[in-house]
Amino acid sequence: MMSHILNIITFFPLIGVALILITRGNRETTARNARAIALISTVVNLILAIVMWANFDNSTADFQFVERFDWLGYGIQYHVGVDGISMLFIVLTAGLMPFCILASWESIQDRVPEYMIAFLLLETLMIGVFTALDLVLFYVFFEGGLIPMFLIIGIWGGKRRVYASFKFFLYTLLGSVLMLLAILSMYFYTGTTDIETLIRTAHFPVAMQTWLWLAFFASFAVKMPMWPVHTWLPDAHVEAPTAGSVILAGILLKMGGYGFLRFSLPMFASATEYFAPFIFVMSVIAIIYTSLVALAQEDMKKLIAYSSVAHMGFVTMGIFSLTHQGVEGGIFQMLSHGVVSGALFLCVGVIYDRMHTREIAAYGGLVARMPIYAACFLIFSLANVGLPGTSGFIGEFLAMLGTFAVNTWVVIFAATGVILSAAYMLYLYGRVMFGALVKPSLQAIQDLSLREIAILSPLVIATIALGVYPKVILDVTSVSVENLIAQHKTALAIDRAPKLASVSRTGAMP
Amino acid sequence: MSFMSNDFQVLFPEILLAIGGMALLVLGVLRGDRSLGLVSWLAIILLVATGWFVLFPLTQFNRAFHGAFIADDFARFAKILILMGTGLTILMSKEYLEREKIAHFEFPVLLVLSTVGMFLMVSASSFIAVYMGLELQSLALYVLAAFNRDSLKSSEAGLKYFVLGALSSGMMLYGISLIYGFTGTTEFSVIAHVVTSPINIGLVFGIVFLIVGFAFKVSAVPFHMWTPDVYEGSPTPITAFFSMAPKVAAMALFLRAMIVPFAHAAGEWQQIVIFISALSMILGAVAAIGQTNIKRLMAYSSIGHMGYALLGLAAGTTAGVEGVLIYMTIYLITNAGVFVCILAMRRDGEAVETISDLAGLARTRPMLALAFAALMLSLAGLPPFAGFLAKFYIFLAVVAVHMYALAVLGVLASVVGAYYYLRIVKIMYFDDPAPAFDPDMSWNLKTILTGSSLFVVWFVASGGQIVSVAAASAKALLP
Repeated sequence: MMSHILNIITFFPLIGVALILITRGNRETTARNARAIALISTVVNLILAIVMWANFDNSTADFQFVERFDWLGYGIQYHVGVDGISMLFIVLTAGLMPFCILASWESIQDRVPEYMIAFLLLETLMIGVFTALDLVLFYVFFEGGLIPMFLIIGIWGGKRRVYASFKFFLYTLLGSVLMLLAILSMYFYTGTTDIETLIRTAHFPVAMQTWLWLAFFASFAVKMPMWPVHTWLPDAHVEAPTAGSVILAGILLKMGGYGFLRFSLPMFASATEYFAPFIFVMSVIAIIYTSLVALAQEDMKKLIAYSSVAHMGFVTMGIFSLTHQGVEGGIFQMLSHGVVSGALFLCVGVIYDRMHTREIAAYGGLVARMPIYAACFLIFSLANVGLPGTSGFIGEFLAMLGTFAVNTWVVIFAATGVILSAAYMLYLYGRVMFGALVKPSLQAIQDLSLREIAILSPLVIATIALGVYPKVILDVTSVSVENLIAQHKTALAIDRAPKLASVSRTGAMP
Repeated sequence: MSFMSNDFQVLFPEILLAIGGMALLVLGVLRGDRSLGLVSWLAIILLVATGWFVLFPLTQFNRAFHGAFIADDFARFAKILILMGTGLTILMSKEYLEREKIAHFEFPVLLVLSTVGMFLMVSASSFIAVYMGLELQSLALYVLAAFNRDSLKSSEAGLKYFVLGALSSGMMLYGISLIYGFTGTTEFSVIAHVVTSPINIGLVFGIVFLIVGFAFKVSAVPFHMWTPDVYEGSPTPITAFFSMAPKVAAMALFLRAMIVPFAHAAGEWQQIVIFISALSMILGAVAAIGQTNIKRLMAYSSIGHMGYALLGLAAGTTAGVEGVLIYMTIYLITNAGVFVCILAMRRDGEAVETISDLAGLARTRPMLALAFAALMLSLAGLPPFAGFLAKFYIFLAVVAVHMYALAVLGVLASVVGAYYYLRIVKIMYFDDPAPAFDPDMSWNLKTILTGSSLFVVWFVASGGQIVSVAAASAKALLP
């Protein structure tokens, strides 16, 4: 089974889809069955992902659990595999899915089977993004994920759902199609779309690298999202149902960062080096500007959405520091943010389900009626701030550490972002939780139900565990990151010795 | 069959179709309009039989009449597509014709005769044969567009199509005569020897007029004006037919008539093709946004899609031809499904055609909406649907010849185009339901719709086989 486990994990949710499609009955039965099937298949998939993690060999940077078949002609293959960089994103994806299903258990009453099908399809497509080792396959998964998300926002979203879903879709599509062209021109230069081969052997001329890098950047920057192309995110987050926001913040945003690591760094080394200062500037602007914007938000989800943009600024900064710590910090930050922001959206969802508003002003003094909830929210808020002892700290710290070695000024500015994040998170927490419970609508609000405790407690544990013992994560990524940096350096050296490069280029031609 | 010369053996599928079509006509005349069902099924059998002889020809030779007619792999690929287009149209039309009270037996007969014309078009290897094939298919199509003769719109569609079609034929003839005047021949292979770069300015004029004619037939901008009106006015199965078989035939003819005779003048015609292709992509994407009638929308959609297909011709390479063949295959099958959905848009026995009638279809008819959504997303070119791979292979060819600006334009237009396809998905899934459509859908329609929507999903998994067949066929045109 181990040799096929990657395909099993990728396509297992589709079995759930098939089962939901064939269940018959009246509305209540199908809804109940759909929920149960979705929950079981996501939990089983999580178990499979953990089994794979347990069987993952930390000591090598090679791709593991590899499978390949001929696929589309032109030498384009169905080629999948994982290394230390992608491994944990798969676990993260599989890990967040059951929470999404549980979070939608009661809040989604309308068209439940369709909802569950959309989520299961999304899971397959998201896992596919992280496993794909062929550019075309990657693109298919990367783009394909837009469709279920479009439906999730558009069907089960809030008031401005149509606007938000179209903005989300067209924005990201526009970024991605340029990447498609870059993929095609890479194919014609090297004769292959195999990611593994491209990382190891392809060296593009520096001028071409610049264009390719920009094309990939267009796609990943929108997906991250980086300032100034982040504007789709607050809209999408606010309108999406809770579980949609969790997936959006937890996984979809990570695809941009993953893309930079998988493609930009090893394949376009010179361009990456050349554009790194540009990325630093964008990251710092993102960190400071969006933090300030977050401070002014009236809507809880919007606030967390802006804080996501700021946190992704740390990720890009760390990745483009091109140091071991920086890159590891970027990856850690992505994983941690996946858990923490997902949890924060779930927390917002808890009170939204009760009060049907996300206006910060509508709340106040909740700690009196909801102590358990207040405690959970506090832990996630502090993790979002990056308090030592929580997972948020490790990522930000490593990213800043790595960047410090390269550019001190960037880190000085970025560090102010940490302060600002404390400001907006604590300000939010204070307004929602503390103060007198005077609003009559809140008098009867109930604390967490058992289902909600079951959802939030594993996330609390994960947040603290990763903060106290980050080794579980860093062990997995370390060797691969080192290898990535080495590949980047080798590619850079080849680019700087033009004669050598032209020899290896002819070698790579079809 | 010793009495048949090689020429006739090569031409056997066409002869079979022509004689079969006439026999069906006789049968229809003898038995009257109530024979529509019988004639339809016999026409299907005839198409299948023809398909058999296309796939398994009687002879090894593939040229007839001194090279004026050629039945190579490229032509065979296109012919199978054309047969599919015709067959699907006949299958989806019967119910419609009866409901609209235009159930005349001429309908399948005209389709078959038009198919003969299309066969000649894709096999034509001389400009005389080109013109004959073109006129044969067009004459039948003019009648079919006006088939619902008591409807003002249908008559208008037929008349418009006829007038503009005649105009374009005239221009094409003028082009052909110029080409004949400057090369002294109408044979493609001979022209290919005669035309060398730099070419005579008179010949350039000839090529331009020729392209005008072709652009009209594939409804490329700026010769697309007839398309929305004809699409809207024609009976829906005929609209479906317009978007399938004649497009394939015209596109195949366009490819052959540019690439084979004018191989050495590629620079001259490529710039025109680039121009009309770019304009079609842009207009197809932008003009469709404001449409309220689904058939008009599909007209603009087909203009846009022809723009993408023409990108393959603009590339002018084997990969480009292969891309066009794949594109047309996917486009044809997807469109068959789309038009079944449009045929299913009936309320209280009346056909409805505005896009807002689809509102909330996901609630009233979930499976229909699901299939329609998949087909729309496929037309938008989104992965993992077949439409994405159609565009993928086209762009592969375009990028290979370093036409980056054109490729960027193409993908940007596809993002704009995605908007209006998504709008249909939005209307079906996000909006509050309109009154439900009539639930009865014949098995023919159900089967076509299921097949078509499964195809757009299946292609990404194992479309590789079709790709390799298309690759082999493309080599016949451009070794």
